[in-house]
Amino acid sequence: MAKISYLQAIHQALDFEMGQDDSVFVLGEDVGKKGGVFKVTAGLQEKYGEMRCLDTPLAESNIVGTSIGAAMMGKRPVAEIQFADYILPATNQILSEAAKIRYRSNNDWNCPIVIRAPFGGGIHGALYHSQSVETLFTSTPGLKVVVPSTPADAKGLLISAIRDNDPVLFFEHKKAYRLLKEEVPEGEYTVPIGKADTKREGDDITVITYGLCVNYALQAAERLAKDGYEAEVLDLRTIYPLDKESIIKAASKTGKVLLVTEDNLEGSVISEVAAIVAENCLYDLDAPIMRLAGPDVPSMPYAPPMEDFFMVNPDKIEAKMKELAEH
Amino acid sequence: MYKEDTTLLDYKEAGLESEDLKNMYRTMYLARKLDERMWLLNRAGKLPFVISCQGQEATQVGAGYALDREVDIISPYYRDLALVTHFGMTAEETMLSAFAKKGDISSGGKQMPSHFSKKLCNIMTQGSSVTTQLLHAVGASFKFKMDGEKRVALTTLGEGSSNQGDFHEGLNFVGVHDLPFICIIENNKYAISVPRELQYGADKLSDRALGYGMHGEHIDGNDPIAVYKAVKEARERAINGEGGTLIEAMSTRLTAHSSDDDDSYREKEERESMKETDCLVNFRTYILDKGVAEEAWFEELEKEIKAIVTDATKAAEKAPYPDAREALTHVYEEVQHG
Repeated sequence: MAKISYLQAIHQALDFEMGQDDSVFVLGEDVGKKGGVFKVTAGLQEKYGEMRCLDTPLAESNIVGTSIGAAMMGKRPVAEIQFADYILPATNQILSEAAKIRYRSNNDWNCPIVIRAPFGGGIHGALYHSQSVETLFTSTPGLKVVVPSTPADAKGLLISAIRDNDPVLFFEHKKAYRLLKEEVPEGEYTVPIGKADTKREGDDITVITYGLCVNYALQAAERLAKDGYEAEVLDLRTIYPLDKESIIKAASKTGKVLLVTEDNLEGSVISEVAAIVAENCLYDLDAPIMRLAGPDVPSMPYAPPMEDFFMVNPDKIEAKMKELAEH
Repeated sequence: MYKEDTTLLDYKEAGLESEDLKNMYRTMYLARKLDERMWLLNRAGKLPFVISCQGQEATQVGAGYALDREVDIISPYYRDLALVTHFGMTAEETMLSAFAKKGDISSGGKQMPSHFSKKLCNIMTQGSSVTTQLLHAVGASFKFKMDGEKRVALTTLGEGSSNQGDFHEGLNFVGVHDLPFICIIENNKYAISVPRELQYGADKLSDRALGYGMHGEHIDGNDPIAVYKAVKEARERAINGEGGTLIEAMSTRLTAHSSDDDDSYREKEERESMKETDCLVNFRTYILDKGVAEEAWFEELEKEIKAIVTDATKAAEKAPYPDAREALTHVYEEVQHG
């Protein structure tokens, strides 16, 4: 197995699915001739043609809405929104349409679309190229929301998302694109949607997180081990619907829970995780649930000191972990 | 060209036979009678909600008749009872939906009435947010082009929807790719209470077609033959790779917006004068004038349709509601294990 980046893993998943299923096609702004602003779709247009790797007009609702129509007719569109921050014009199509098509037609129609979007900060992207927008979608039944944290998961989850018969939002951390590399199985490789994954075993504290924060939490856990504390790290992977069983198991195992996201704290995905732990694990807890997240300001500022202040990083996680472990 | 008068186009010149006219009238009449019955049931306290096709049946049936029901896809809006009836929604299915009963093919009792869906008959599902359905039809037409299929996707909407972003985004995309797509604006001149003067500054919404790089046409929506002709030609262009068409069919909303609206914003005089443009009345006169059918045919039809509507109503009233637990079904694909 070759070591490849998070970005290459996503590219491989797209290429593999387009190669084995003619109904799969990719569309979005700059995805064709340019190969995407991050080059995720580089070479796909040459290989599969202009229609199957389509450069669209700059209109997000059209990208998603036409994907929905094509999906209802049997296609498997993979729509790219160039930055998650720009998904808002398409939210009516996602929330009012894609999410409700199976339910409102009583299973007559369904909508197998994937919407990929790079999200997250720490890349000097400022307010409109750094956002975590996942909570816009994580209280809408009918949608599945996936955030891979490793190259292998990115490949396996994207192939599963394309094969899923319901709409899947697939958020890729843009800082992870070239930062993370690992060995990824070649060819066909799937990871189930809806299942969290234990990325590190430990008995002293449990960290539950997703996205790039998983990598940061693992780095922090190695440092914490030098202080004699072993952290369990649970990667949510699918943030809607949540894998409650794995969350309850991981929280109950150590009785000390730290929840991490780089999204704003209030009303975030980890708020729901905290509710699940509080409802189900109260008598197993040895400390109050602890949360680490971005501050409740509108978005991530541009100037490096302010950006660093906003972003979660291994140092911040390690400090919180230590505080919790010593509680 | 659109005329304010009530003269209908010559049906033979449009390529229609006398049997076609009778078929078209029959569907228009059935939709009207179903619609009228639903209002009665609403006023009798039996149905919570009605939203009407009345006055727009000519546009809907004229359009439907020009399509190929076997292969073409429609993405309608809530006024399109006559269009979906032509495409295969039965009277009983319409009533089951009105009563929110278990057998409602559109939604299993989950949606309000007139939120049509029937995959078997190529009717896409819609929600209540306006204009979103346009993009679904555009997406379907993109699929047809991709796969080289001789099919078209048609969407309909009110003129109020022409102000939504999805209208612009979708038609622009149709123009870019010359998609096999038809959009009909059923312009009844009101977005609930807001008159056309406060909705748009253009003379004709069909003029926007030029800006999208597609064919535009402004027609009399009260004339089913004119609509048939325009849609037939649009379909020909579409399957010949000549792109999409935006049709503005000037139409009439004979009822209030819905059963929850009192229509108080339209003067009595205006509401009375609309009856002169009632497409059903004018089409009936036309059929008689042209000697296509006699009074006796209409009388027979009226009896037949009355029985259909009554039977459908009775069947729907008797039908069971969906089980309460059905509220939990079909959120996601339900995979059977074991």
